[in-house]
Amino acid sequence: MIHKLTMPKWGLSMTEGKVVAWLAEDGAEVDAGAEVVEIETEKIASGLEVPQRGILRQVSKIGEMAPVGGLIGVIVDGGDSQAEIDAFVAEFQASFVPEEAEEESASAEPETIEVLGKTMRYLKRGEGGDPAILFHGFGGDLNNWLFNHEVLAANRAVYAVDRPGHGGSSKDVGSATPDSFKDTLAGVMDALDLPKAHLVGHSMGGGVSLDFALAHPERTLSLVLIASTGLGPEIDGGYIDGFVTAGKRRDLKPHLEKLFADPKLVTRQLIDDVLKYKRLDGVDLALRTIADQFFPEGQQALILRDQLSKLSVPTLVLWGAEDRIVPVSHAEGLPANIETRILPGAGHMVQMEAAAQVNRAITSFWE
Amino acid sequence: MGRKITFQQAVTEALVQEMERDKSVVLMGEDVAGGSGADGEMDAWGGPLGVTKGLWGKFGDRVLDTPISESAFVGTAIGAATAGLRPVVELMFVDFMGVCFDQIFNQAAKFRYMFGGRARTPVVIRSMIGAGFRAAAQHSQCLYPVFTHIPGLKCVIPSTPYDAKGLLIQAIRDDDPVVVFEHKVLYTIEGEVPEESYTIPFGEANYVREGDDVTIVALGRMVHMSTEAAEILMKEGIDCEVIDPRTTSPLDEDTILESVEKTGRLVVVDEASPRCNMATDISAMVAQKGFDSLKAPIKMVTPPHTPVPFSPVLEDMYVPDAAKVAAAVRDVMGHKAQAA
Repeated sequence: MIHKLTMPKWGLSMTEGKVVAWLAEDGAEVDAGAEVVEIETEKIASGLEVPQRGILRQVSKIGEMAPVGGLIGVIVDGGDSQAEIDAFVAEFQASFVPEEAEEESASAEPETIEVLGKTMRYLKRGEGGDPAILFHGFGGDLNNWLFNHEVLAANRAVYAVDRPGHGGSSKDVGSATPDSFKDTLAGVMDALDLPKAHLVGHSMGGGVSLDFALAHPERTLSLVLIASTGLGPEIDGGYIDGFVTAGKRRDLKPHLEKLFADPKLVTRQLIDDVLKYKRLDGVDLALRTIADQFFPEGQQALILRDQLSKLSVPTLVLWGAEDRIVPVSHAEGLPANIETRILPGAGHMVQMEAAAQVNRAITSFWE
Repeated sequence: MGRKITFQQAVTEALVQEMERDKSVVLMGEDVAGGSGADGEMDAWGGPLGVTKGLWGKFGDRVLDTPISESAFVGTAIGAATAGLRPVVELMFVDFMGVCFDQIFNQAAKFRYMFGGRARTPVVIRSMIGAGFRAAAQHSQCLYPVFTHIPGLKCVIPSTPYDAKGLLIQAIRDDDPVVVFEHKVLYTIEGEVPEESYTIPFGEANYVREGDDVTIVALGRMVHMSTEAAEILMKEGIDCEVIDPRTTSPLDEDTILESVEKTGRLVVVDEASPRCNMATDISAMVAQKGFDSLKAPIKMVTPPHTPVPFSPVLEDMYVPDAAKVAAAVRDVMGHKAQAA
């Protein structure tokens, strides 16, 4: 059996990617979920995992560009001959037509809904199954899930939502109380016609999801908290303040670098994208209001740790061991009903920096 | 992907959104409405290329047609700014600015300095620049270096629809006089522009493209000539970084120096006449502050020191293009080969 390994689509604007390194040799036996190739886009670089166990045959050479969906390698499991593999590759290359940028964007275009009188933007991927909602953190947007969304949506509909004040959603956050954010999440589920869903929250999106799950266990199928707030008082107040106040590339860069264990992941394009968001009218006020409400004086205000033992839904906690924003110690000593994984070598944006492990952990947790 | 609109639509949208947000924003200029009493849609001009078309119908008396007397109406706008309005005054072509220099150079630019920092002059002067329209010597100049020379003025040269909207909104909200230079050839280019209002701070250059071998600094239409050149050079194995300062006053020296520190080579592309232009200014700045980083002499790509020709053949030869930029880059790269 020959399986394709194709150029993934990471983020709405990606049309092609570059193979910068092979992490497994041509002909090597690789396990399902192993990262075998390093891909670079104009925005970011990450490893790509293989879907099946088998023998890796490299197709793209290092430094080569490939369009989204293009063949970069194959995984052979079984006794297919070199001739059969060559024929498979030749047939794919002969019939492959890269999707036009226009068509591609039409197939994965974010949509908007009205929730409590405000516009909310979301991106849906996948169909059927028990649905899941991805909820990003403070200052983020649905693109924070670019390495996760497609993989998690293999067997179900997965909605990545821009939280109030963020991304393409309304910048009016009112007084940004925890209750208003809980109500918004309930409103999103109502508008999308989802009586129940799996919730996956990163950072402050995790804190809000936890708060919601405690209030509405009947609507929460399960809960995944990634580097979540709400589990202790500490947070890097300098980061929150720096992110809110920085207006230029040079000022913002050192703060964004704190988000990753490897600061090189903070590309100029990533900084520019964050600045484009921060420069929209209303964002400054929204971020300041949220920060005042949730992180006054450099501490977390909404701490739900003592209620975790009452939590009746299956819960998984994931953390990067090198998180510099919310300390990894918040993942320690949690009640026994909660499954916990600490991922080495990753910082606060663990779902980006250790995407393959996070995807595997969530997928097996859901099963 | 985000919504795409033209440069011209981006300018119009910035004006509309700021007029809706702030009642003190008014528009003035020759034919900005298009004849007193026109409804703003039918037979209205909306400025020489229609940027303000339709606004009279929306905002009525806040869109003021003026007589053909630049010194009078630019002076009026500057006076109104000191008295609390935020006028956006359009002066069709930058070539006509000469008749109102006193109002701009001696009045608007000086008030804050001469009144002990207590006067504000939040006026925006919009004007078209550039060759390529077969409009001859009196309608084709790039006079932004003249304004950059004057302390007290802020000078903005957008090169994309995104920048055109964000920089114009920033200009309107700024409390100092700002001159916005819009290249007429760029009005039809399309790009992604958020529907929401946003600002871009002055004095922050844009990395149009990242590269390791040569830094190309370019403004306005020349940004596009430079990226085109960078594409050609990429196939030859030369990796160009293209930087668009976006504003010449204030100028983001740090970003230019940071880039030259990495690449060691600088080509500055400027459509303004070659003497005392932004190319000479930026080259001198890098020679003074970044000399140790340079591996090759700085190269400037500019038109010749002549008026813009009316003959289409000569005009095309006059304007710097991608081939000229690419040739300059090959030159500075070649210098390294000799040295090695």
